[in-house]
Amino acid sequence: MLTPGAYEDRQSLQSRLLGFRVGIVLLFVLFGVAFWTLQVLQHQEYLERAENNHMRTIELRAPRGVLFDRHGEVLVQNRRVFRIAVVREQTGGDLEGVLVRLAAITAVDEASVRAAVKRRMNEPSFRPIPVIENATEAQVASVLARALELPGVVVEQVPTRRYPDAGLAAHLFGYVGEVQKSQLRPGLQPGAIVGQAGVEQVYDELLIGENGNRFVVVNSRGREIEELEHQEPVDGKRVQLTIDADMQRALEEAFRSKGFNGSGMFLDPRTGEVLAMASVPSYDPNEFASGIEPSKWQALLGDPLKPLRNRTVQGTYAPGSTFKIVMALAALEEGLITPETTFNCAGSKTIYGNSFACHRAGGHGRQNLREALMHSCNVYFYTLGEMLKVDTIHKWAERLGLVGRTGIDLPAEDESVIPSEAWKRRRFNERWYPGDTISVAIGQGYVTVTPVALARMMATIANGGTLVTPHAIRAVDNGAGWEPTQGTTVVPPVTLAPDMLDAVRDGLWMAVNAPTGTARGAQIAGYDIAGKTGTAQVISLDAAKAVAGRTTRDLRHHGWFVFFAPKDNPEVAGVVFVEHGASSGAATPIVRHVMNTYFAKKEGRPLPKLAPAPPTPPALTRSTPAGPASGSGVR
Amino acid sequence: MIVDRRVLPHLDWPLLAAVLGLTLIGLATIYSVTGNIGANAPGPEFWRQLYAVPIGLAALAGCLLVDYRTLAQRSVLVYLAVIAALIAVLFFGVVAKGARRWIDLGVGSLQPSEFARLGVALMLAMWFGDGRRNARSLADLAWGGVVVAVPIGLIFFQPDFGTAVTLTSVYFGVIYLAGLPLRWVGVGLLAVVLLSPVVWMWGLEDYQKGRVITFLNPERDPRGAGWQQIQAKITVGSGGLFGKGFRQGTQGAYRFLPEAHNDFVFAVLAEEHGFFGVILVLGLYLFVVMRSLEAAKLAKDRVGAFLVVGIVSWFTFQVVYNITMQAGLVPVKGLTLPLMSYGGSSLVATLAGFGLILNVRMRRFTN
Repeated sequence: MLTPGAYEDRQSLQSRLLGFRVGIVLLFVLFGVAFWTLQVLQHQEYLERAENNHMRTIELRAPRGVLFDRHGEVLVQNRRVFRIAVVREQTGGDLEGVLVRLAAITAVDEASVRAAVKRRMNEPSFRPIPVIENATEAQVASVLARALELPGVVVEQVPTRRYPDAGLAAHLFGYVGEVQKSQLRPGLQPGAIVGQAGVEQVYDELLIGENGNRFVVVNSRGREIEELEHQEPVDGKRVQLTIDADMQRALEEAFRSKGFNGSGMFLDPRTGEVLAMASVPSYDPNEFASGIEPSKWQALLGDPLKPLRNRTVQGTYAPGSTFKIVMALAALEEGLITPETTFNCAGSKTIYGNSFACHRAGGHGRQNLREALMHSCNVYFYTLGEMLKVDTIHKWAERLGLVGRTGIDLPAEDESVIPSEAWKRRRFNERWYPGDTISVAIGQGYVTVTPVALARMMATIANGGTLVTPHAIRAVDNGAGWEPTQGTTVVPPVTLAPDMLDAVRDGLWMAVNAPTGTARGAQIAGYDIAGKTGTAQVISLDAAKAVAGRTTRDLRHHGWFVFFAPKDNPEVAGVVFVEHGASSGAATPIVRHVMNTYFAKKEGRPLPKLAPAPPTPPALTRSTPAGPASGSGVR
Repeated sequence: MIVDRRVLPHLDWPLLAAVLGLTLIGLATIYSVTGNIGANAPGPEFWRQLYAVPIGLAALAGCLLVDYRTLAQRSVLVYLAVIAALIAVLFFGVVAKGARRWIDLGVGSLQPSEFARLGVALMLAMWFGDGRRNARSLADLAWGGVVVAVPIGLIFFQPDFGTAVTLTSVYFGVIYLAGLPLRWVGVGLLAVVLLSPVVWMWGLEDYQKGRVITFLNPERDPRGAGWQQIQAKITVGSGGLFGKGFRQGTQGAYRFLPEAHNDFVFAVLAEEHGFFGVILVLGLYLFVVMRSLEAAKLAKDRVGAFLVVGIVSWFTFQVVYNITMQAGLVPVKGLTLPLMSYGGSSLVATLAGFGLILNVRMRRFTN
């Protein structure tokens, strides 16, 4: 029953249907292209994103290696602390609000929380950003109690460095901190904790261990669904230091009881092992263990006394009379004098038209080398300065280990300078004047040395001429017990003629033990300590008069004492430097106390105690002793 | 309602097979994505969808066996019943996910809006197909418009923007077939292009502008509105050529992709079965659409042709929009993929629609 026009109708209908069909086919072809693009061309990118979506790697920080002293006492270990961190992608888009609430709940400065997050904003958003290191139990409790208001805030337990109390050996241990961009090396992620000073820095690769990982599957809310893999962290290697904890404590105790700043280093002259090393004032490395507060950090940096500076290796000072040892050996070895050669001291000596005074107004009279060392007679050594060329002095100072760096395994060692003609030309573009040598002869003028270099020089005198490299670590446990780290560096020994050397040693022994010696404060009856005092002027005497009463700067001289003991077959050599100690008289009792401790410990006697100074410093607490190879139980 | 047995040999078995095939693939995908990780069992959504299959098949059979002309002649009744149901939803409906779309029937719930499209398709087929009306008359277009506008209005109130839009596709499909002058279409498109800057400047609220911007650059707000779009692309793209394997997908199972069993079921299929799975399913959909349009071509009368095109229009519109959405090419809207997405009412209504299409083809020779 086709009506008129039905045919046209049908035609129109058919063409419209055709249009419909063509359009659909085109669309589906486009689909094919679109899915080919997504699934084949861009497959890798999206596959990676899908995996990052649901796979999380959660780092498990490895505890750093435990540090022992030479007798196996645990010095630096680890403890677990709570850390509050924010996982940005779980904050439900309200990071700002979460941070504000977190700061309020934990009573922490909002700005510091925000700064902590901002610093690491460009890391993947699933990685936790620590905002409160070393959280208190109260903070942890309130965060956990109000977890619903704090999406994305997590509490983690991380191993953290635990240093002995009272900053013991702080400059030796150093401290740890978040890795800087410039320090990144393969295997280190931003945010890793690495050594930033001292042994922690130099031996970081031994101590750092290997972080573990947990590979987990999470859902879109970040909730963990299952754990795919668990790699336990590998503890850092256990390291045995060369120091003797008791000597170290004695050294710091002595400085505290005297109330002076300064530094000291005690070496085993046979090996170069550092037995004790202190730099005062010090700091508490525990402050750094969980990230130091900016205010404390600024205070440490701004402190005019520079507590962060390790004065034993980073401080350079005029060695003063301690340099007379170099002068004596140089003159003897060059054959200019014999031990019996005498010179007269009348209280002063005129050289090249200038008068140079001795410290004893009336003069010491006629003396041989031993007596001159005992009295620290300036006139005697001025005379040697007249006889020796500065380059010869430089040569012998170098042979004794007093030039340049000692190579100690601590960071940022400064150079000791013993001038030479070439040095002065290089440095000041000026020729050497003979008068310059006279100042050098008594360790003033252009001579500046680090305490560690002087300690090494004393070790060289003590061991008969072998240059040892001071070092702070002794052995490392690679998993099979202690393995020694370094033998004594074998450098061809300086050929020091034994009789010459004996004369110098005698003079140094007399300085401590003879009735008129200058270092009697270091004397321990029955134990042959040999040493030499020194004074480093902060300012010349004339200048001191000029500014008298017009400056608040401490203008008192620095005091030195360098030593070794016992005189025959020495076991300890070293240096103590007291800032503004007025004279070496401040340094000798410190050495005396440490050596007393050394001998008492060696012989099994009770360790000596010092009467505490009026403002009682907090008592040093001892860590639990542990055997050096006790294996477990040290974490 | 007596079935003439002679028509049964003319049933379009390939179309029926393709429709059932897509239904089963959809079921399998829902099975895969709703299972809890670790547990070797699918979620409750799978079972509900499974129960909807026999109901849908019954609806298909019902719509197939009754002569479509009989239905078309009673289309007003069907239409009024749908309108009544839509009104009832507004008063007695169950609220879920912020919308009042469902009527609780005790044993399950019913979403009347899904069936509104059938009612509208029947009404429009009758309006333009019976008699000599065509889309060259503004009055006829307007009347057809009213037929569509009433349920759209009711559905807007639920609110359910997506379903409401699909109703317009029925209207546009039918008037296109009814001979809407193409230059009118051209004028309309031109108007949209010219007006859009005006609408952008003065017609949109800030949050609406935000949505558009987010669509154009989803990475701008990866945790918010751009989330689904990004995750959909990741889901599809990570599938690769061969896919991760049945029940091996991670995006849906770990809930990175929201509505994975529903709006984004195709993405899950793409993730688990890769480009080859995509091509297979796209092929099936294309086949279903083409085969259905053949039914329109073969239809004995205009009513049949318009009925088929009305149904195919919304089916195609929804398939095209949904799949485009999977590829991240259009903003995410709550539009399901017919036959495959989760949703009992949708499945039953769609299968009923195909019952009608099969009906038209089957009865092409009868008088």
